Amino acid sequence: MAREAVWLFTGVIALLVVATAIGRILRVRMTSEAQRPTIENLNARIRAWWVMVAVFALTIASGGYGSIVLFGILSFLALREFITLTPTRRGDHMALFWVFFVITPLQYVLVGMRWYGLFSILIPVYAFLFLPVRIAMFGDAHRFLERAAKIQFALMICVYCVSHVPALLMLEIRGYEGRGALLLFFLVFVVQMSDVLQYVFGKLLGRHAVASAISPKKTWEGLIGGVLTATALGTALWWATPFTPIQAAGMAFAITVAGFAGGLTMSAIKRDSGVKDFGRMIEGHGGILDRIDSLCFAGPIFFHLTRYFFA
Amino acid sequence: MSGRAALAIAAAARTLAGATVRTTGFVPDVRQRVYYANHTSHLDSIVLWSALPKAVRALTRPVAARDYWDVTRLRRYLARDVFHAILIERHPTGRSDHPIEHIVAEMGNRYSIIVFPEGTRGEGDEIAPFKSGIHRLVQMRPDLELVPVFIENLNRVLPKGVLVPVPLLSSITFGCPIPTREGEARVEFLDRARGELRRLAERRHGA
Repeated sequence: MAREAVWLFTGVIALLVVATAIGRILRVRMTSEAQRPTIENLNARIRAWWVMVAVFALTIASGGYGSIVLFGILSFLALREFITLTPTRRGDHMALFWVFFVITPLQYVLVGMRWYGLFSILIPVYAFLFLPVRIAMFGDAHRFLERAAKIQFALMICVYCVSHVPALLMLEIRGYEGRGALLLFFLVFVVQMSDVLQYVFGKLLGRHAVASAISPKKTWEGLIGGVLTATALGTALWWATPFTPIQAAGMAFAITVAGFAGGLTMSAIKRDSGVKDFGRMIEGHGGILDRIDSLCFAGPIFFHLTRYFFA
Repeated sequence: MSGRAALAIAAAARTLAGATVRTTGFVPDVRQRVYYANHTSHLDSIVLWSALPKAVRALTRPVAARDYWDVTRLRRYLARDVFHAILIERHPTGRSDHPIEHIVAEMGNRYSIIVFPEGTRGEGDEIAPFKSGIHRLVQMRPDLELVPVFIENLNRVLPKGVLVPVPLLSSITFGCPIPTREGEARVEFLDRARGELRRLAERRHGA
């Protein structure tokens, strides 16, 4: 695995070097001040990518527990951004305490314990039944269903879905023992490249918005261009996965489409809340949740496809 | 107000409350100021204090109620030794000097203060009418600059009446100092000061 990981990260670093060079060239060749914000944002995004790749490389290198801790922290931060945007009331306080300090850590402990049975129902069953009761116990019925639903939704997206990414490590695939981290790399790489390529194709060719009232920047041209090229990239990585090239193409296709769905859904939530980004923790990208929105959807889909067909 | 304990507590509170700091043209410096803010949480003064630059922090003291902060050993330690709070008597019985005179004496010509003119913590929905103390303070010290500070979401991090916090993101918005007018009537002044804070809150929501 070590050798494959080195190859993969060398490839990523080469990509980043090229991206950084393009960003510099664009800045030097800038012809009008109107372009400045876009180019500065592009450079900020690339700078942030260096940091994100470094963090991701370190966790992959640290083995299983490092990934669990990293995605646990990402869940926690994403949840924090989500709940901050969601109007909660005094009566939700104790339920939120449970969400942040008990349910979220427990979900990742279950990943670490490889306890698949409880991992897959803790949030959709137990948290789903417990949280409304805890809210009701406070005795405030104002918009009760809405409040309970929003907290459950936040937990599903930010914790349940995201926890499926490190859960890839608990899959036992014949002939692929001890290389789960490569699968994790495959997922994250294809999702993030799909985001980047959809953005690039959208900027270059985008004409027809998929849902202009939700996100005018998400276009059919960007979607198709991004999905096809990211699927091609994923296919080219088949040697690092348990898949044949055709299977890898199918997986990458599913990941990119799910990723798009995640981005569009989260855009709808942001638009409804009247914000552009969930936060501002990552320079140029917005918040944690803005960066992992596509991963939230792609994670569980990829996990279950792999589990059903290969584990 | 300095020391490692204060820094550590402030850093922990800020991390927990994910506080972002916004300034709307306000430049923090060491001149004597009254930072007045809406009050919704016990974390208010700590997070506000930690949002100031280091040099300003050392010269800024929160004003707090003696009946709460001088009761248990921990609270007394936090208020007196860590944050060097100016403790005031809220109830007229058993106080030797008027609380505002006490504050002015403690400030001298050196310290800035953090005050919550609503007097007590609210639910965070609405800024309550101000108590008259801040008017008296300004009449005694018209040279002080009054800086409105709007604190958002800390009431959700640690609301009134709960012991455990929830780590949501909060924000602190510093407004520009508002002019003080010598001899301004109490009601007008209190309305004006509260109005400035509400405007800051609305502008923040509009942004």
